[in-house]
Amino acid sequence: MSVLVFAENLKGECKKGAFEALTYGKMMADKLGMTMSAVTIGVINNLDELASYGAEKIYQINAGDEVAFDSKQFAKAIADQCTSIGATIFVAAHTSQGKALAGRLSVRMDAGLVTGVNGLPQDGDAFVVRRSLFSGKALADYEVKSNNKVLTVIGNTVPPAKSGGSSEVVSSDIALSEASMTVLETRTVDGEVPLPEAEVVVSAGRGMKGPENWGIIEELAATMGATTACSRPVADADWRPHHEHVGQTGVAIRPNLYIAIGISGAIQHLAGVNNSKVIVVINKDPEAPFFKAADYGIVGDLFEVVPKLNEAFKEMMAS
Amino acid sequence: MNLLVCISKTPETTAKINFTDGGKAFDSDGVNYIMNPYDEWYALVRAIELKEENGGEVTVFHVGEASSDIIIRKALSIGGDKAVRVNANPKDSFFVAKQIAEFCKANPQDVIFFGKETIDYNGAEVGSIVSEMLDIPFVSFASKLEKSGDVFTAERDIEGGVQRVQVNAPFAISSAKGLAEQRIPNMKSIMMSKRKPVDVVEPVDTDTKVEIVHYETPPEKSGVKLFEMDDMSTLVKILRDEEKVI
Ligand SMILES: Cc1cc2nc3c(=O)[nH]c(=O)nc-3n(C[C@H](O)[C@H](O)[C@H](O)COP(=O)(O)OP(=O)(O)OC[C@H]3O[C@@H](n4cnc5c(N)ncnc54)[C@H](O)[C@@H]3O)c2cc1C
Ligand SMILES: Nc1ncnc2c1ncn2[C@@H]1O[C@H](COP(=O)(O)O)[C@@H](O)[C@H]1O
Repeated sequence: MSVLVFAENLKGECKKGAFEALTYGKMMADKLGMTMSAVTIGVINNLDELASYGAEKIYQINAGDEVAFDSKQFAKAIADQCTSIGATIFVAAHTSQGKALAGRLSVRMDAGLVTGVNGLPQDGDAFVVRRSLFSGKALADYEVKSNNKVLTVIGNTVPPAKSGGSSEVVSSDIALSEASMTVLETRTVDGEVPLPEAEVVVSAGRGMKGPENWGIIEELAATMGATTACSRPVADADWRPHHEHVGQTGVAIRPNLYIAIGISGAIQHLAGVNNSKVIVVINKDPEAPFFKAADYGIVGDLFEVVPKLNEAFKEMMAS
Repeated sequence: MNLLVCISKTPETTAKINFTDGGKAFDSDGVNYIMNPYDEWYALVRAIELKEENGGEVTVFHVGEASSDIIIRKALSIGGDKAVRVNANPKDSFFVAKQIAEFCKANPQDVIFFGKETIDYNGAEVGSIVSEMLDIPFVSFASKLEKSGDVFTAERDIEGGVQRVQVNAPFAISSAKGLAEQRIPNMKSIMMSKRKPVDVVEPVDTDTKVEIVHYETPPEKSGVKLFEMDDMSTLVKILRDEEKVI
């Protein structure tokens, strides 16, 4: 009985999702008196870093130089790895890769599946984990009754924590089967932390009046090292690129800090952001619904407030 | 070309979420249900467009009780050709997936469409489970799908970008924003949908490995703390020293 964590990579790089999943897996293994190992597929460039997150062993499944994520191919290899080391709990990050894999693995392992969990198993004899439903409007406790379990852990559940030691890296004897699709191209936005991984997000809505006014938003984001986001009508009008759209129909995020500027706070918008740790709202309308979901607020004209906020952050950074 | 679109029913976004029975059950009293937006706006419409371009048939598939007929009719009025309803309360993802997979084994499909996730449970589970049950490729979170000859090209959303992939039928796909534009049915298509066939079939049973044992609503925020715009340095200090988020 052990925990196996999938350390996902994109183009050879393991990132926050993988580190969080390992940290979560380690904490769960400690709690249940198990050991935790990790599995990777393909060449990992930052293996040393990955090895510092508490896995006893890291099983590396060889895939040649070029391998891109394929849920069918990956699920088979990972399930074989679980069987070969006797892992009964499989953990992945609740990311595009983790979600696509989890259902498949649950079938292969005959396992109970819970996606998007946001906490460790609760105390007691039963295996119970919590997740949120209705885009954050409710919480539910799931009991997994089967011996084998497949979980994906949602971002910001645990902060990535290094363990001090270093994992043993083992080359796995599992062979990768043939791919089920061909990945032709991978395009990512360079130099920016992707929204689902961002710790600080500066987001703006229709209150901006037009795309030509986004300079102040970009400046504030640059000062804070934040990623920019927007409301849906803003993306629909092509004021901002579609990948910035957050909310129920866009990206769901859980940053530490979400700054909402000129956004009314419609329920569908809140659905994608209300799990943020701290929410700051800037709106000229004191009745804007967003204030009800906010921790801090400034009632005022954003064109005056945002530059002042930017100055205050700059001064803080300088001191 | 046989195209299957799996649709689910969810409370509309503005619905009040409450639980009864000491947090044991969802309180559906007064809740309005809609077709899951990802299924309606993207999966269904793209399937219909592919049929319009290439010929074939769009089957709408739903696991749910008779109270779902209204969303099935809507899917037919948007342009589905026929529908199958598995007459059962969808008890979990695995149960739903099993019904879909069994149907596809008996009625082979070229492309099986899912929504990215349901907006109530936000699970994104069913598509992945069905793909494995049928041992077919799964294009997850697709924002584009084109067909040329026998080959399909799709774009799938990944963290901070997109990936372009090439895949052959049969495969499953989960649909995200961008895949298609929402279609609003008109009076004529609503009338026509009444004549389209809806098959009602009984479910295959599955064992239950996962069960929700307790629901609750999250604690309310303690209330917003307001600042004057000339006092931004105090706010910044709080964010740094008390909240520790910057
Ligand atoms: C099924 C469905 C799904 C949806 N999904 C999403 C989604 O995923 N994401 C999303 O964002 N929306 C979504 N929407 C749309 C949502 O309902 C709202 O229409 C949208 O979020 C409003 O965007 P907004 O706040 O930018 O614009 P508005 O509602 O127009 O609000 C603009 C705000 O800016 C303020 N303002 C104006 N000028 C200034 C100024 N000078 N200074 C300060 N404040 C100012 C105003 O007081 C107002 O509160 C969805 C809707 C539906 C029906
Ligand atoms: N009861 C159901 N009947 C048919 N399809 C469903 C049902 N529930 C979920 N689905 C499909 O599976 C997708 C993902 O659902 P979920 O895994 O619950 O997030 C949905 O967008 C639908 O396409």
